[in-house]
Amino acid sequence: MRITCPICGTRDRREFYYQGAALALERPAPDASPETWNDYIHLRENPAGLTRDLWQHEGGCGAWVVVTRNTVSHEILATALASEVKKGAAK
Amino acid sequence: MTFSAFRILKEGLTGNTGWKPHWRDPAPKQDYDAIIIGGGGHGLSTAYYLAKNHGLTNIAVLEKGYIGSGNIGRNTTIVRANYFLPGNSEFYSHSLKLWEGLESELNYNVMHSQRGLINLFHSDGQRDAFVRRGNSMINQGDDAILLDRDGVRQHLPYLDFDNTRFPIFGGLLHPRGGTARHDAVAWGYARGADQRGVDLIQNCEVTGIDIVDGKVTGVQTTRGAIKAKKVAIIVAGRSGQVAAMAGMRLPIESHVLQAFVTEGLKPIINHVVSFGMGHFYMSQSDKGGLVFGGDIDFYASYASRGNLPMVEHVMEAGMTLMPMIGKARVLRSWGGIMDMTPDGSPIIDKTGIDGLFIDCGWNYGGFKAVPASGWCMAHLMATGQSHDVAKGFRLDRFLTGRGLMDEEGTGSQHNLH
Ligand SMILES: Cc1cc2nc3c(=O)[nH]c(=O)nc-3n(C[C@H](O)[C@H](O)[C@H](O)COP(=O)(O)OP(=O)(O)OC[C@H]3O[C@@H](n4cnc5c(N)ncnc54)[C@H](O)[C@@H]3O)c2cc1C
Ligand SMILES: [Zn+2]
Repeated sequence: MRITCPICGTRDRREFYYQGAALALERPAPDASPETWNDYIHLRENPAGLTRDLWQHEGGCGAWVVVTRNTVSHEILATALASEVKKGAAK
Repeated sequence: MTFSAFRILKEGLTGNTGWKPHWRDPAPKQDYDAIIIGGGGHGLSTAYYLAKNHGLTNIAVLEKGYIGSGNIGRNTTIVRANYFLPGNSEFYSHSLKLWEGLESELNYNVMHSQRGLINLFHSDGQRDAFVRRGNSMINQGDDAILLDRDGVRQHLPYLDFDNTRFPIFGGLLHPRGGTARHDAVAWGYARGADQRGVDLIQNCEVTGIDIVDGKVTGVQTTRGAIKAKKVAIIVAGRSGQVAAMAGMRLPIESHVLQAFVTEGLKPIINHVVSFGMGHFYMSQSDKGGLVFGGDIDFYASYASRGNLPMVEHVMEAGMTLMPMIGKARVLRSWGGIMDMTPDGSPIIDKTGIDGLFIDCGWNYGGFKAVPASGWCMAHLMATGQSHDVAKGFRLDRFLTGRGLMDEEGTGSQHNLH
């Protein structure tokens, strides 16, 4: 599997660290309810098909990347810098 | 239809024409007392013990493919009771005892072979950790023997003991650990359940779960609607999708785990052996193939095939431990979809919906659990109470933080197991 880092270009999967579902970008407030935190830390959509997850280009530039991919075919459809995605979401 | 020496002799003399299918192929009825979604090892053993231990026989097992087409027929078959944490250890201990009586219980040759499991260690720190694990296994009533370097050499002379980077310091031997024939376990439980009246319905995919006023009333399937007041979700890697039909989100991420087998070789490996410094474990099948595997591919996936980085890692670790393995040719590799929980331990529990039960989160270790999981799940479904040895497998432990069972000690979070 090859992943396109928005900064470095297409790189081997070995250069990336996998964090998990991109909902990590939607961290709840520190005083949110235990249910909200449980939802965020443990519960997952776990889709068979399209998913968005967070990878870090650990063996490259170090950027966090949001990867849109298919969990059944392993096809990668889009990648974007997590910092940009987060900014977009804040607007 | 049962097996006996007399039967085999008779069939041998009459051209093997008298063997019948091991189970019926019934059409689904309109309603049952209980429905089990998923005809893998856990679904079948649950049906078997519901019938055998609790006298519930008006049950259907609904399987979207054929019996044995899931992980039950594609794992590396290691059976052991060397867990460390309370909650896990009594459960796996119970399971191993059930394994030890399984062939006569089912009248089926599941080829359970207690050839001994040796977990190697490569540093003083690892030795200390294994001493502690061994003691907790002995406290649980199971067996563990600490081997020093020479002790390991007597069992496994073919390993590279003087590897410069990862020399072998010793190993923890679990004599009652071993392997079994995976699909025979599914077939044995399937036949036993069928004989007691359970309907095994293949090519029947569940597409919806019917809930009225917080109570389950039945399921929708590709073979029509079926009613039942009790429904159990036992679908391993597909747990997330099936639970979503009941509006639930689970603490589960599905990942691929790969395994490999070589061409058939003369007997060389008499045990199950695991490397302590990389993800690699191995045994030899009765056909002679070396069967080995490593860790999950480490990213969410439903592809029943793996990716190259883990193939490379497993091969490298194998070569490090046992250089002569390089002469063997790998014949096949494959992947199965694992239901990974944040703490690496399973769930056998009720859900927030009346009559809906769930048995999932087996990670990469659910084969050895098949007998006890069915035993405990049947107990829960029949009595409404968790079985004593499965009390720790609660669904709400992630919310409350109480009773997390993080066997590897890496933290209770996805992507760490
Ligand atoms: C490569 C590999 C090696 C492994 N090695 C070991 C090992 O050495 N030791 C060990 O203890 N464990 C091991 N495991 C883990 C073990 O195989 C699993 O934990 C266990 O088999 C899962 O439970 P099961 O048998 O019920 O699953 P499965 O056999 O996968 O059963 C689930 C069933 O549900 C069905 N299903 C899914 N969705 C639906 C639906 N909507 N409607 C109807 N049916 C549905 C599926 O078709 C499937 O047949 C390994 C797994 C793999 C992949
Ligand atoms: Zn980069």
